[in-house]
Order: sequence, then structure tokens, then C-alpha cells
Amino acid sequence: MTKQPERIFVKGNEAIARGALAAKCKCFFGYPITPQNDIPEFMSSAIIKAGGDFVQAESEVAAANMLLGAGAAGVRAMTSSSSPGMSLKQEAISYMAGSEIPAVIVNMNRGGPGLGDIGPAQGDYFQSTRGGGHGDYRHFTFGPGTVQEAYDLTIRAFDIAFEHRTPVLILGDAILGQMKEPITPWEPENIDEEGGRDWAIMGKTADREKRLVKSLFLLEGELAGQNKHLQAKYDAWTDLAEAEQFETEDADLIICAYGSIGRIAKTAVRKFRKEGKKVGLFRPITLYPFPAAELKALAEQGKRFLTIEHNLGQMLEDVRLSIRTVADSDFYPIYPGNLPTPDELEEPILNCLEGK
Amino acid sequence: MSEMNEKLVFDRPDSIIDRATHYCPGCHHGIAHRLVGELIDELGIQDKTLAVASIGCSVFLYNYIDVDAVEAPHGRAPAVATGVKRSRPDNFVFTYQGDGDLASIGMAEIMHAANRGEKICVIFVNNTVYGMTGGQMAPTTLIGQRTTTTPAGRCVTHEGAPIRMTEIIASLGGTAFAARGSLDSVKNIRKAKKYMKKAFEFQLNNTGFGFVELLAGCPTNWKMTPLQANERLQNEMIPYFPLGVYKDVSEEGGVC
Repeated sequence: MTKQPERIFVKGNEAIARGALAAKCKCFFGYPITPQNDIPEFMSSAIIKAGGDFVQAESEVAAANMLLGAGAAGVRAMTSSSSPGMSLKQEAISYMAGSEIPAVIVNMNRGGPGLGDIGPAQGDYFQSTRGGGHGDYRHFTFGPGTVQEAYDLTIRAFDIAFEHRTPVLILGDAILGQMKEPITPWEPENIDEEGGRDWAIMGKTADREKRLVKSLFLLEGELAGQNKHLQAKYDAWTDLAEAEQFETEDADLIICAYGSIGRIAKTAVRKFRKEGKKVGLFRPITLYPFPAAELKALAEQGKRFLTIEHNLGQMLEDVRLSIRTVADSDFYPIYPGNLPTPDELEEPILNCLEGK
Repeated sequence: MSEMNEKLVFDRPDSIIDRATHYCPGCHHGIAHRLVGELIDELGIQDKTLAVASIGCSVFLYNYIDVDAVEAPHGRAPAVATGVKRSRPDNFVFTYQGDGDLASIGMAEIMHAANRGEKICVIFVNNTVYGMTGGQMAPTTLIGQRTTTTPAGRCVTHEGAPIRMTEIIASLGGTAFAARGSLDSVKNIRKAKKYMKKAFEFQLNNTGFGFVELLAGCPTNWKMTPLQANERLQNEMIPYFPLGVYKDVSEEGGVC
């Protein structure tokens, strides 16, 4: 990669849009919903200037299906939304997973369930990591914690989507989307926008059979075979799992937190470290695949765990599944609708550290 | 008669695959498929055509037409086609949808794709009933028509009136061409093909959205013989869904 010298001061939402353009995203299909509106607003002019296309769809349903069409045609494309809108996109995401269509989808998580609020929350973790639509599927899911990381992971999301023929989700929240930070933009090199698309619909040439992108498999055993193939693909992603470890080496207590909450927890950890208290942070960067092996290695060192999430206990299940044979995790929920601060996290961390 | 004396007068289009279809006897999907295939051949666009299949009996369109294709979720074919065409504007893109798919669950997608003037073509096969799921009421089911979910016949005060899609689509600003044909007779099939050709040409000329409704029979779910189904089409459907061109911007001055 070639680092560009300039630094820019942008919101997380804009960083994602800029990251997509750097990754040579050619089509963006959007629909307004708070707190992600900066993404389609930015794209409505920037992607046109970059020679691509933008459509404000009539609904989240339509936007996700436009994405399906562009992905089936082998073109780098993206959509973005927030929680209620993401529920509507699930139909198309299930079809994309079943048809193995690459695409990038951004969810700036807001409070739920239902209409909820427009503030930050992490209540969409299950939907994001389990496959929020019908059928047995997963999609690759990133949980960026800073604006720079949002930019970087958006670029990686396109590579993974096309390398593995899968929808890739970027799960942020209202904090990340609306927060401004300086970032250093960079441009990936050697993006082959047409290479490796030997499955995509482009127009049948005389020297090959027609191509068909579909998720319907009616013949006896055919669907079972497709599911087996998909599951093997998801299993192989285990090697791509990634986490940030901060002050974990000598820590007695490990805080497990991701995204914006991981960042807030990091501030709390820094404060405890100044006081000589042995607290560390484990922040998953890939939420699916979950960095289970890395976490289990910490558990095998005898460390204790406290999972903190902006929901009522969702990633907690992945933490427990990862360490279940050697340890357990306590849990501190931040209720959706509340805006967490590092100070709020101190008491539960201290209680856990002192075994209360 | 020996083989040498036979003269082949009716061949399979090159872009139609040589295999038996799964459609019921008397179903008109086969004719509609053939018309699509003939036009792809005549216009020489097989190498640039991308088909968007919908849900219902016609989902298997891609098994019979020899072009690249993608399968769309229920009703969403116009949105999928929008994504395909926007990402590959030099290709010819068409959807092929039934009445349940297009006029019920997909009403929003068809209306907005037409209104945006997407440079795609939509072939809309209207047989007034859900075929694949077993004969339930469609938005186009006629008043009094018995289906598995209107066992006493569709009632306007309970289920509403049958929706006339071509008239609606013709009223939208982005529509370049909208017409309704019928597949009940040779005369009407020929007319229907002319409508389809015009819709295809509008896309090839980058003019706007093309929509052709094809009235078709479903003898199985109508519980009729193929001939009775054709008679119903002529006597009941055409009077409610009048045939003809409803919008043609080449005569009106074009769309913006």
C-alpha cells in the first residue's frame, strides 16, 4: 500500500464512504435512516465524480436487491443502513449468501428493538453474526473501533467479499458514525476490478456456457451440497479471525468489548493501569469469524473475563463458547438508550477485579 | 414422405436451449419464452443479454434461455435489474415476472424502477392467479374468479378490484413504452412480439423503461382444458385488460 501524507478530519460515516471509493466501489445503493445518512449523502456526489453510480432506492429492501444485482454482475458495490433498515435488508442478504454474491453492507447500529432510538447500541450483534435472514448462513463481519479502522476495514471488506464470494458486513454504531477523527487515507494497489469473476453475469460469449447466479437448489441432495460447501467456506474463515489485545499479557482481568464500547473500555483500562491494577482489553475486530482461539489462549493462562456490551448480552455468548472448557465470563450490560462513558465502566470492572 | 422432401419451416431459436420445459400443458410461458428467444436472436444480442428471473413458475426461465442470468427474490426483480444495469450499462437487461410477483409483493419495485426510467425491459406474464404455489388469488384475479383463497369468487368489496398494471406503468414519467398483448391466438401472439420488440429497442437505444404485459392462460389452476383457457382469456380477460399500446414515447416526444 502507498501511504498518502495528508491527514483529513472526517466522521466515521464519511471514512467508510471514502474507504469504499478507495477500494474502487462502483455502485452505491442507499436509503435514508439515521445515523448513517452521511454515507449516502457523501456517495451521491463522490461516487458519480469517481465514474460510478448512485441510486437512492425506494426502500431498504430495494437497495439491498440492487446490491444483489450489481454483485451478481461482478461489480464492487455497497449499501448502508441502520438497525430497522437492516432488518429489511435481510431478505436480500440471505439470497446473496445463498447465491454467493460478493457485496459490502454497512450497519450503523442504533437502539432497538423496533423503532428504538437513534442513539448508539450494539443490539444487532446476533443479527450480524448469526445470519439475520432465513437459512443456514454467515457473513464476514467487521466491528471497527476507530474512524481510521472504519476506513481500513472498508477497503478490506471489498477484498474479502470478492475473494470469498460473500456479503461482508461492517458493524458500527451511532458513536463511530457520528464521531470525527483525523485519519490517514490510503489507496490499495492493484485492484483487479474484473479479474476472478469467472462466475459473474456479464453476457454469454460463444466460448463458454451461460452463467447462472442463484440460490434455488431443488434436485435431491443439491441443496445439502450447497450448504455443505457454504459451511466449509465459513469454517475456513477461522484463520482470518482478528482481535486487538491491549495490556493483556500480565492482566488478571480481561475486558471483552468491541467497536465503540471497546474503545471506551480501553480508556477505562488505561486509567486502571495508571493505578497499578492489572486489567487488559480483548477487542474482537472480526465479529464473525469470532477470534475464539486467541481468547481461549488467554483463558488457559488463568485470566478472568468481563464482557461489556451495549446490549443485554449477545457477544457474551461467543465469549463463553470460546472459553467454556476452561473459564467463564462475567457480564456488564449497558442498556440501549444510555450513552456510556469510561467512568461508568469503572465500578463494574473494579467489582470484578476484586471478586465481588 | 421421405426426409429429403421435408422442408423445415419452424425451428428453435438459437438462444432457446434444446430441452423440454416443466410447464403444464396449455401454459403460455413456453410461447412467451420463445418470443423472448426469437427477439434475442433477431436483434443479435445474446452475448450482451442478462436475464433477471423472478419467483413462481417462471423462475426456471434460466433453464430455457441461453443467456447469463441471476435469480431475484420475490417481487424484487426490477431492483435486482436496476443493480445489474447500473453496474453494466452496456448490457441488455430484462426481467420476466408473473402477476403475483410483480403486482403484489413487488409493486413498489416495479413502480419505482419504471418511474426512475431504468433502462431495462420487463416482461409481465399475467394469468390472474398464483401458479406455482397452487392457485391462490393474485392482484389481477378477476371479479368472481374462484381461487384456492377466494373459494366463493373474488369480491370487489372484500378483496378489491383487479389491478391493471400496464395502465399504471404507462402513467409513470420514466416509462418509455408500455403495452399489453395476449398469447391466446396467433394474431395476438404476433402483435405481442411487436410490442416486445419495441420495448427491447427502447432499451437498446438507451431511451427508457420498457414494459410489456402478456395475458396468459393457466389451465391447471383455472381447472380448465387448454382450449377452455384460451376461450376464457378471450371472453373474460381481454375485456377487462384491453390490449394495445398505452405509452410510446417515440410518438409522444420522449422521456427526460
